Amino acid sequence: MAEELVLLDFWLSAFGMRVRIALAEKGIKYEYKEEDLRNKSALLLQMNPVHKKTPVLIHNGKPVCESLIQVQYIDEVWHHKSPLLPSDPYQRAIARFWADFVDKKIFELGTKTWQTKGEEQETAKKGFIESLKLLEGELGDKPYFGGENLGYVDVVLVPFYSWFYAYEKCGNFSIEAECPKLIAWAKRCMQMESVSKSLPDQEKVYGFVLHLKKMYGIE
Amino acid sequence: MVEVEIAKSMAEEVKLFKTWSTPFGLRVVWALKLKGIPYEAIDEDLSNKSALLLQYNPVYKKVPVLVHNGKPISESLVILEYIDETWKQNPLLPQDPLEKARERFWAKFNDEKLLQSIWGVFAKEGKEREEAMAASMENLKFVEEELKGKKFFGGEKIGLADITFGWLANLICVFEEVTGLKMIDERFPLLLAWIQEFSQHPIIKDAGPPHDKLVIKYQALYEKFHPAK
Repeated sequence: MAEELVLLDFWLSAFGMRVRIALAEKGIKYEYKEEDLRNKSALLLQMNPVHKKTPVLIHNGKPVCESLIQVQYIDEVWHHKSPLLPSDPYQRAIARFWADFVDKKIFELGTKTWQTKGEEQETAKKGFIESLKLLEGELGDKPYFGGENLGYVDVVLVPFYSWFYAYEKCGNFSIEAECPKLIAWAKRCMQMESVSKSLPDQEKVYGFVLHLKKMYGIE
Repeated sequence: MVEVEIAKSMAEEVKLFKTWSTPFGLRVVWALKLKGIPYEAIDEDLSNKSALLLQYNPVYKKVPVLVHNGKPISESLVILEYIDETWKQNPLLPQDPLEKARERFWAKFNDEKLLQSIWGVFAKEGKEREEAMAASMENLKFVEEELKGKKFFGGEKIGLADITFGWLANLICVFEEVTGLKMIDERFPLLLAWIQEFSQHPIIKDAGPPHDKLVIKYQALYEKFHPAK
């Protein structure tokens, strides 16, 4: 029975990128469907009635929602190829902790660096850099968060790298100046095809962010 | 005699840092009890956090923290999955990846949507409170829908999602009493039935903090959020 795998996604979504990377790492074939978020498809609304958001992974007609849950699902179903989570329960707990940290801090603070200004923006920038520094601490001397190979936390965090240029331009700061180790890690990840083919070009992201800022009337 | 001593020295050392009232800590208590894991509970005073807590959870400095043989784990959902993977009896998550994904989805929904909206009803005023109430009703409808044809969210047995929603069984009545606002009413018959089943479960029944003590605590908090004009 042929596996049928569909990914409902939006090119800019860091959350969708996570799923693309996981699928690419494991060499899994799937159909990519680009959603227009201002005109969501009937399929999206049917498959994710609770949140009505992308990404949605549809496996043999059954939906899986929420990117961290999707990545873990992919890792469990296709467990024999390029495992993302370690096998030891304690190491898994550490990986899950940091993935959750990325969700709690990086997206929200990163978004604030381009959506806000003045003191609110300064506070967000500070918090964003502090969070990246904590992640640098967790990375330590390892090439990847997963050790010698890409792991769960790498897949969860690296998509935001495609947004860094936009954050830097809008927030008028340099992430590399503050977190050189993290940027080195991101560039290392980008050398993997599974990552480079899943992330949009940083300039394109910045262009879209400028367009969004105009639309929302920010600055 | 010697056998017992050897067994003792090889015993698992499980410690749980929490407070007497935290619903997040209570989740971990429920999981440990459901699996019959002996543990030592350390109740923290959050206005005067212990050096150990700060050492074990330097990132958030929060409870709960589980320490297993000296190794700390923070964030309640991460702790629950760790417990399930380490002690295999009475599993909280099913084997099937799709069913596992479903349990995780609802656990996340509780923590990111339901809890937030109901807290908004408790803590906010005016228009913000009205919006929180509307969102809460929306969210509760989704949860009600998920219970169709099931005794527990996990099916026949309590699972990860049940434990995560568990605060609806012992804490929402406290909120309702303190605010005078009924949230889970006859519009949610399946939820009401689930609350009964869950609260009456032998492990859950006497594991939580006393209702009266919770009312006093949340009454004081409520007065802080809504000072008498």
